[in-house]
Amino acid sequence: MTERALELAGVSKRFGSVEALVGVDLALDAGEFLVVLGPTGAGKTTLLRTIAGLEVPDAGNVRLFGRDAELIAPAQRDVALVFQNFSLYPSSTVRENLAFPLRAPSRRLSAAEIDERVQWAARLLHVERLLDRPAKKLSGGEMQRVAIGRAIVRKPKLFLMDEPLNNLDAKLREELRVELRELARELRTPVVWVTHDQAEALTMADRVALFVAGRVVQTGTPEAVYARPVSPLAARLLGTPPMNVIAVRRVDGAWTTDAGHALARAASVAPERATLGIRPEHVRLEGGAAEAVVLVVEDWGPERVLLARLGTLELHVLAPRDCALRAGDRFRPALDERRIVLWDPAPR
Amino acid sequence: MSFLVLERLDKTWPDGTRAVRSVDLAIEPGEFVVLLGPSGCGKTTTLRMIAGLEEPTSGRVLLGGQDVTRRSPAERDIGFVFQFYALYPHMTVAENIAFPLECARVPRAERAVAVARVADRLDLARLLGKKPRELSGGDQQRVGLARALVRKPSVWLMDEPLGALDGAERLSMCEFLREQQQEHRVPTVYVTHDQEEAMRLADRVVVMNEGDVLQTAPPAEVYSDPATLFVARFVGSPGMNLLDDTESGDFVPDSPRSATGRDESGKKSPDSVCGVRPEFVRFEPSSALRGRVVVDAFHGACRYVHVETPIGRVVVRRGAHERVEVGAEVGLAFDPRGVRWFDRASGRRLA
Repeated sequence: MTERALELAGVSKRFGSVEALVGVDLALDAGEFLVVLGPTGAGKTTLLRTIAGLEVPDAGNVRLFGRDAELIAPAQRDVALVFQNFSLYPSSTVRENLAFPLRAPSRRLSAAEIDERVQWAARLLHVERLLDRPAKKLSGGEMQRVAIGRAIVRKPKLFLMDEPLNNLDAKLREELRVELRELARELRTPVVWVTHDQAEALTMADRVALFVAGRVVQTGTPEAVYARPVSPLAARLLGTPPMNVIAVRRVDGAWTTDAGHALARAASVAPERATLGIRPEHVRLEGGAAEAVVLVVEDWGPERVLLARLGTLELHVLAPRDCALRAGDRFRPALDERRIVLWDPAPR
Repeated sequence: MSFLVLERLDKTWPDGTRAVRSVDLAIEPGEFVVLLGPSGCGKTTTLRMIAGLEEPTSGRVLLGGQDVTRRSPAERDIGFVFQFYALYPHMTVAENIAFPLECARVPRAERAVAVARVADRLDLARLLGKKPRELSGGDQQRVGLARALVRKPSVWLMDEPLGALDGAERLSMCEFLREQQQEHRVPTVYVTHDQEEAMRLADRVVVMNEGDVLQTAPPAEVYSDPATLFVARFVGSPGMNLLDDTESGDFVPDSPRSATGRDESGKKSPDSVCGVRPEFVRFEPSSALRGRVVVDAFHGACRYVHVETPIGRVVVRRGAHERVEVGAEVGLAFDPRGVRWFDRASGRRLA
């Protein structure tokens, strides 16, 4: 068995009355890209700080590359932490900013070695032509590239990224998602990437950990977590538009809404009540029993997103680009039964 | 008659930077127009000139047929919606939301109806009796929006109002704004750097870069027939593939100018760029255009596969379950219906 890069077992951390981490179990294989996805305030930053050794867990154990992290001082952990706020020296050049982490006396690198590393990092992050520019003259995207360059240049054994794309324009985020994913693959360095942006989780992760209120609620490949979320809460964290979550009863062999609209066949062994989940792309525009009315049509480029009302229920449907439905039109949505997810009914 | 007209609107900063260059725009009654572009493109400056918060260097702003260029913001009956709000800490959520109506001397019963309605739609009903400090950041943000939107001015100017919200909340706010728009038809100018938001909300999108308006058109048109290379890249997530077929010469169809556009050796002219959206590219084993998969990104309802080829990187949209290995060699083919041509020098689309 290959050595795990990181292993958390039962890690808890409390600040006064706030439980920031509650019995967190998490493992990261060598070279793996793990995205921790959760809403603001879920404790994601505390998780990273605990791995980096900046917080000491109240309970549980952190292991880094097979060793008990408690025995390794933060400075010796060889992990690089990148924050969403670009932490650069504003009047120093990009070159000086990149070289700085290498100048620590403990590193004993020659000037030539430092220069070589700086060039290497600058090339990987496409900032070579900016090397002699002062950091304060950079755009936001350029600054964040350099900030990541400062982490890479040390060749750490583990990257901890705390919402590094947060302050950037949408287009730049999209580009950096792809670029940084490729970079991580090239470096073969494991990454824990923390975010509230579901697109980052879906597109970048080898594995996703859904993180809510200090707890890991589900882990798996993006495909698996997307297809089979463990709870309605998990379902809503991943996917846009979000999964439709509907309270249903079993009536005459059909899953039926509270307002009495039959949505899909129900197995005879199924329970009386359940919560049903269906992704918007698994709702067809015709063939269903109940009629819905379109409230809003949004143009998403390659497809359209409809928000429709079915009885008292609001339903998102992903429709092809040539869909002719407009606000006010009626249609009979049908659920793809193979894609339905069922959970225990919500408490009443 | 257009409701809001911008005529050759120009803004030059004291240091000589031209933030906005000769912008012409006419907004119809009830229209929702989104100014879209990257940081520094001039979209917010344009909005602030409409509001009267910034004085144009030259040009005019007409509102309801009247020249308001030199009028103060208070004389323009404009509702301005920002990204951040300060809520009144001593008031409840309900009082905060009702405040603009109270100022406008709306009768109490009418106020209550309006507050209940907006609170219900924004999922704030259960919070109406609370004070701001008892709310999470996201809830405070939604209360701020509710307060901004409860009034009905003659025009709404919105500057990235959803910037601080995360995914699901953003989506439901977009839908809320869209529904409001369908119901009340208050003309709106909305500023964002997020092209997805622009596509969802707009009747028309105005794409800006470096102070210039590059294209003004409905979202579907901006998406399928971008006016320039910049628009092609900026709109769509991921953007349009822009391919350079000058070296090898035969992977993409001939450009409209190719009859005269080849040199003696048969190479294609270097003066056009071929654009094609990822949904118009498919895997085709027999195709001469070969490439290596570098990224296979799952997007939920689909996948975007990035392929490195001799004519540049090509992104292909595939089914959610059609996984490919990074490193695999594949052939690619384009659907001619999705191919667009641009002039390399000017960046403009060719007819």
